[in-house]
Amino acid sequence: MDSFLQQFYQQLVNGISLGSIYALIALGYTMVYGIIRLINFAHGDIYMLGAYVAFFATTVFKLPFFPALIAAMVVSALVGVTIERFAYRPLRNAPKIAVLITAIGVSLFLEYGGMLAVSPQPRTFPALLPTGIFHIGGVVINSYQIIILAVSLILMAILTYIVHRTKIGKAMRAVSFDNDAARLMGIDVDRVISFTFAIGSALAAAAGVLVGIYYNSIDPLMGIMPGLKAFVAAVLGGIGILPGAMLGGVIMGVVEAMVSGFISSTFRDAAAFGILILILLFRPSGLLGKNVREKV
Amino acid sequence: MLKIEDINVYYGAIHALKGISLEVPEGEIVTLIGANGAGKSTTLRTISGLLKPRTGTITFEGKNIAGSPAQDIVKQGVSQVPEGRRIFANMSVLENLELGAYIRSDSKGIAQDLENVFQRFPRLRERKSQVAGTLSGGEQQMLAMGRALMSRPRLLLLDEPSMGLAPLLVKEIFAIIKEINASGTTILLVEQNANMALSIAQKAYVLETGRITLSGTAKELSESEAVRKAYLGG
Ligand SMILES: Nc1ncnc2c1ncn2[C@@H]1O[C@H](COP(=O)(O)OP(=O)(O)OP(=O)(O)O)[C@@H](O)[C@H]1O
Ligand SMILES: [Mg+2]
Repeated sequence: MDSFLQQFYQQLVNGISLGSIYALIALGYTMVYGIIRLINFAHGDIYMLGAYVAFFATTVFKLPFFPALIAAMVVSALVGVTIERFAYRPLRNAPKIAVLITAIGVSLFLEYGGMLAVSPQPRTFPALLPTGIFHIGGVVINSYQIIILAVSLILMAILTYIVHRTKIGKAMRAVSFDNDAARLMGIDVDRVISFTFAIGSALAAAAGVLVGIYYNSIDPLMGIMPGLKAFVAAVLGGIGILPGAMLGGVIMGVVEAMVSGFISSTFRDAAAFGILILILLFRPSGLLGKNVREKV
Repeated sequence: MLKIEDINVYYGAIHALKGISLEVPEGEIVTLIGANGAGKSTTLRTISGLLKPRTGTITFEGKNIAGSPAQDIVKQGVSQVPEGRRIFANMSVLENLELGAYIRSDSKGIAQDLENVFQRFPRLRERKSQVAGTLSGGEQQMLAMGRALMSRPRLLLLDEPSMGLAPLLVKEIFAIIKEINASGTTILLVEQNANMALSIAQKAYVLETGRITLSGTAKELSESEAVRKAYLGG
């Protein structure tokens, strides 16, 4: 295989695995936006929280990978629900900008509160899973990349099932489409919003754990960059649209990997935000979004 | 069955309902007519719990429901077909109907009521898996009504069901409203089509800029000079 193609496939593999992380985080952004029209800037910090919960679950409580992942998802879901309950719900009828500023406040609180609680020092994430390297036609795939992809796909499949097949999933879609009509069906909108925060936070936490394993280093500010990029991914796919978040995440991951591989990794972040500028200029409703005016 | 006493409802500083009282006896069709902006939808939205009255009471079967959360009011047996239908256009016809039964968990009863809705609106059965947004206006109105019936309401609130429909369809919808009422559901009907509304109702109220200005039997009102001038075109 010529070296260009080999490099291309290699970066494709790296990009898809990184992209599935972005997709998991982007899903939470997009679900919360779909349901209360809020860009939850604290979402990236929930991802960080998930990584720390798994870190302590494995180092202090000696849990293996899978139970640690579940613990991280459950704890983060509870924290996500609590944040919504006490920070966002009281502002349900307040101007959007007030809620947005509150979200930034919550984000800073989690970042710097996190530093206070667990120290700003990066921690080494324990190697929880066997490492292995596979060579397929000159492309190197490591076992973590496979696990990241597998866990992400399973979680996305579960999410899709919940949203389309269960009663609470239908209620989520109803609330996101028309809040008042949903209330006329007898749907308890506050409960649906809590549920949405729970699921979104659990997915972000899973992403945090997977990244911890992959890069084996975590710190209290680790959520900022991936959080922003996942936000770009959600906008790229069409904010409020679940398959859009998945697609946007993977595209972001692949573009970043290609830029790092073929140009230079210093331009990686620039590429991510370049995408945001392009999409806002040429297709503000996102790849899968319909061009409709926002409902009022 | 439903008794509203002296409610005042505001949108911020706008005083939309200024001390309205009205009564809907069990088994009847009561209509609320009035011009654009009179406060008809506001009245229904307040009954359904989407808006809270600042003062006054709303009693349904002896219980004060004013200010209760919307889901509790649906559970008590009050369902609404809102103005403009507000169907879930991105979901299938069947999913819309299932959402109508959201508060229920008796799957047998739900299946039975689904069958009833399909019998009442055969076109919905044919379009069961179609995306609701692709239905025609008349079909969407039928879906909105079917969806509201899925909660098995004892009181059905209808907000301008004839809006935007061709005369023939309006007739069909009114015939269906009469049928629904005949099978035991009490109805509070908001309409701009005063003629049609008065022809099927027993009792009527006229609402003008947030106040009830006239009330009586539908017959009395359709013969009243003031109503004829203002709402019946002479
Ligand atoms: N969300 C809102 N915010 C502020 N004012 C509102 C709102 N909704 C209605 N109003 C005002 O309240 C008054 C009553 O409105 P409402 O929708 O109840 O009228 P209506 O009788 O249903 O009219 P129509 O026949 O046009 O549907 C109007 O003056 C309207 O402008
Ligand atoms: Mg109205």
